[in-house]
Amino acid sequence: MDLTLRVWRQKDGQSTGRFESYQVSGIIPDMSFLEMLDVTNERLIMEGKDPIAFDHDCREGICGMCSLVINGRAHGGFDGTTTCQLHMRKFNDGDTITIEPWRASAFPVIRDLVVDRTSFDRIIQAGGFISANTGGAPDGNAVPIPKPDADAAMDAAACIGCGACAASCPNGSAMLFVAAKVSHLAHLPQGMPERGQRVLDMVARMDEEGFGNCTNHAECEAMCPKDISISHIAKMNREFIRATVRGD
Amino acid sequence: MGRFAKILQSSIGAKVAMAVTGILLVLFIIGHLLGNLLMFAGPEATNAYAKGLKDLGALLWVARVGLLVVFLVHISSALRLWRMNKAARPQAYAVSESTMVTYAGRSIVMTGALVLAFAAYHLLHFTLFATNPEFAQLQDAQGRHDVYRMVILGFRNTAVSGVYLVSMILLGLHLSHGVTSLFQSLGINNPTYNPIFKRLGPWSGVLLALGFMSIPLAVLAGVLK
Repeated sequence: MDLTLRVWRQKDGQSTGRFESYQVSGIIPDMSFLEMLDVTNERLIMEGKDPIAFDHDCREGICGMCSLVINGRAHGGFDGTTTCQLHMRKFNDGDTITIEPWRASAFPVIRDLVVDRTSFDRIIQAGGFISANTGGAPDGNAVPIPKPDADAAMDAAACIGCGACAASCPNGSAMLFVAAKVSHLAHLPQGMPERGQRVLDMVARMDEEGFGNCTNHAECEAMCPKDISISHIAKMNREFIRATVRGD
Repeated sequence: MGRFAKILQSSIGAKVAMAVTGILLVLFIIGHLLGNLLMFAGPEATNAYAKGLKDLGALLWVARVGLLVVFLVHISSALRLWRMNKAARPQAYAVSESTMVTYAGRSIVMTGALVLAFAAYHLLHFTLFATNPEFAQLQDAQGRHDVYRMVILGFRNTAVSGVYLVSMILLGLHLSHGVTSLFQSLGINNPTYNPIFKRLGPWSGVLLALGFMSIPLAVLAGVLK
């Protein structure tokens, strides 16, 4: 496959970036999108040019490190697919592919396609955890959890924190991410002690980080590589109202 | 009170405020439409209803002030959320391919602002008579303010009718996203009822807009005279 890449290049957070075009040839359709970028980078290095910086780690769709807005869609916009799981066979020979970083004020660009997602870490630090005593591991199934609750918690826990929700939301809202974390723990007995304080603290942190607000387009749900449902946002809203009414 | 203000300032608090005031505004609009439809029952029904409203006296002012507060909370929350949303994405994408965003959803702030401008004009037109001072003089045989006559005369002007018709389409667009959206904002999301919520917005938008539009259209068509 021969492709034209339009890639966002930006030296650092202070510089203004711009698009650069690269012709890449001999791409094998079975390559992943990241492997295609690896090949492009090897050629750039051979030519003595700066390789394109992009985030990646596990390359099997579970770590949440890869990102990229590909042709206007986060992770390329294919159902339940991260960029590392996206194969070049989804594109056609001769295509021009535009590659941009996540765009949100809470995700500042570090270099090229790499953005700083520590705002998500700070939201987790605000309440996305449970307090547990150390000691011997408790027996499995010692705490009974109804199957539907366990399933709902697992669906929410599938969130890998990649940031595609905030990147694809027209409002730059991270509510799907925050909702997944709130909903995951609110469905489980282990999450109960900090239930009210958690949602209030995480939402407050989310607002402080400068993310936008949900206007119920559901674009995040469509772009989420883990297919997290916006029903979790409704759950977060209920948790927030509950905590507010109770005065948590 | 500090705690309450803080919650209203938060993103979800503001969304809940939007939803609750949205429900109240929709109820007001439904009541307003039912009153308007008395036009089809004739001058007697319309003028008697208008006099009945005016005779509420102090109660009418309580309702007016209440409505104003609801409006102000809805608008100020919307403006704050809108500013936060603009600030959250300072640099737009060069290529943006939304799959789920509807026209009504994308334009809800704009349609809201235009409906607000219309509401201001509407008050100047039919309530304060600033645009048409002669409306204040209209009286029916019983000496009541002749609201029926005023509406007929007002809507015979095609330019005025046009503004009303376009504004009602904008209101319908606003409601088609807003009414569906308010359930999610209040955390009401249930696979059994979601299809109903999804349809409720567009249907309420279409029905309310058509209801309001029926009156200027009937005047222009000569059905009401």
